[in-house]
Amino acid sequence: MRDFINDKIKRIKPSGIRRLFDIASEIPDVISLGVGEPDFETPWHIREEGIYSLHKGRTFYTSNSGLLELRSEIAAFMSRKYGLNYDPKNEIIVTVGGSEAIDIALRAVLDPGDEVVYPEPCFVSYEPCILLSDGVPVPIELYPGTEFRLTPEQLEAAVTPRTKALLISYPNNPTGAVMDRRDLEKLVPVILKHDLLVISDEIYSELSYKERHVSIASLPGMRERTIVINGFSKSFAMTGWRLGFVCAPEGIAEYMLKVHQFGIMSAPTMSQYAAVSAMRSGDKDIDIMRESYNQRRRFLMECFREIRLPCFEPYGAFYAFPDISEFGMDSENFCEELLKAEKVAVVPGSAFGACGSRHVRISYAYSIEELKEAMSRIARFVKERRRTRRSPGRAV
Amino acid sequence: MEGIKREEILRLLEENARYTVKDLAAMLGLEAKKVKDEIAAMERERVICGYHALVNWDKTDDEKISALIELKVTPQRGDGYERIAEKIYQYPEVESLYLMSGGYDFTVILKKATMKEIASFVSSRLAVIEEVQSTTTHVVLARYKDHGIQLAENRKDMRMVVTP
Repeated sequence: MRDFINDKIKRIKPSGIRRLFDIASEIPDVISLGVGEPDFETPWHIREEGIYSLHKGRTFYTSNSGLLELRSEIAAFMSRKYGLNYDPKNEIIVTVGGSEAIDIALRAVLDPGDEVVYPEPCFVSYEPCILLSDGVPVPIELYPGTEFRLTPEQLEAAVTPRTKALLISYPNNPTGAVMDRRDLEKLVPVILKHDLLVISDEIYSELSYKERHVSIASLPGMRERTIVINGFSKSFAMTGWRLGFVCAPEGIAEYMLKVHQFGIMSAPTMSQYAAVSAMRSGDKDIDIMRESYNQRRRFLMECFREIRLPCFEPYGAFYAFPDISEFGMDSENFCEELLKAEKVAVVPGSAFGACGSRHVRISYAYSIEELKEAMSRIARFVKERRRTRRSPGRAV
Repeated sequence: MEGIKREEILRLLEENARYTVKDLAAMLGLEAKKVKDEIAAMERERVICGYHALVNWDKTDDEKISALIELKVTPQRGDGYERIAEKIYQYPEVESLYLMSGGYDFTVILKKATMKEIASFVSSRLAVIEEVQSTTTHVVLARYKDHGIQLAENRKDMRMVVTP
């Protein structure tokens, strides 16, 4: 029999967290700080709207780009939160999570051989999605020295005549890094000089603890060349509803809609009705959750300081990205050893790009009690490893 | 160093009174000493009036019941409701006492007791207060939520162990 599988797909590496997941799933009583989603349940008024929509029998397709009612609410949300104005009729598409939005954005713009530059460490789907669209992934390696922010010099150095787009995501998964207005402004001249499209994945935009999030699309000259991706998963604790959205100028959105309508048809109807309630009366929910994440963030950073684990202070999302290079292991080994020794699951930084291999991602979307227990185990592990490294002759 | 955040300290303690000063300080980005002093000050000022365990008595062998009593009273010239309230809250049997707007004046919640004890308290203590016009006694059949906590439900983390 022939090998039926597409060559491109074969070349895509499986997700870097798969192996760890398999090991962790078999160990009972694992404490996990490895989850990339909120620990809050979706606020009840949102769930209730979803249930009500089922009750009323609203179980049919919506228009391809989503309920107009929801798109109008999204337009209002983007305007009041980020000062961005999009026409709900033809500049907003409701997608199946931010993930689909990333995919359709890349498919709509990339021709074979087009290069996409993007900072690493980053979310796991960027590279595969670029490859699936026949693009060429060009990662820019970021480090804690620049607080994992992209500098104009790094961008300039990565751009070639084949570069079509810059893909960024701030607040960032896995580093927790943010880029404020001034940081973003510095990139604009480089973007304009090379006539680049920007795909800005802002799924964590509402989880910014220092200043309010600024979208790169709101900077002068950027709206026309920016695709903004956002969604409900992180800000409203709605991961399982699979609902995101993408905002782009009409001339780009109409082509993304083409990919979306033939690939997906429309996002889940029940989720869309629920999301209307999220947009209309969910601002307070966001504030409460943000405050709670911020408390846990500070708590976790204090734990790191106590055990002297170097970690740059993250001001966004719900992740910290401490440096574990002192232990002489790469991030995958560290995670495996930690899991075996102390039954704590964290995610190797290398899962988010090669330059993350000196780090692990620790999520603080957990209760203070859970964080406390997990961190006391990590403290014990760290102490033990430091002890054995100081006296290498002794048996471990 | 950020300023003292009274409301935030209070919200956290209300959520879990067993957070240590050290935990609170870390969560709020404050010095431990400042948090400690602020809590002490709030205790002195009776902003913080006590710390309690939230017990689901339905899970114990305790067979006593909770009662809520609506009281209609005739307020007194000069003293308004204060004197009457005092006559009621001085009884150790009274767990909570609220002055209400609407169809009646006081809500009296009694400490858990037997039906007999409750009947006796209402008839021989409350109903005989001269300003009391009428009493309506309600018995709690089940408690679902108290102090913001769902009592029955043991919330499990339903997330997968590791996700991107």
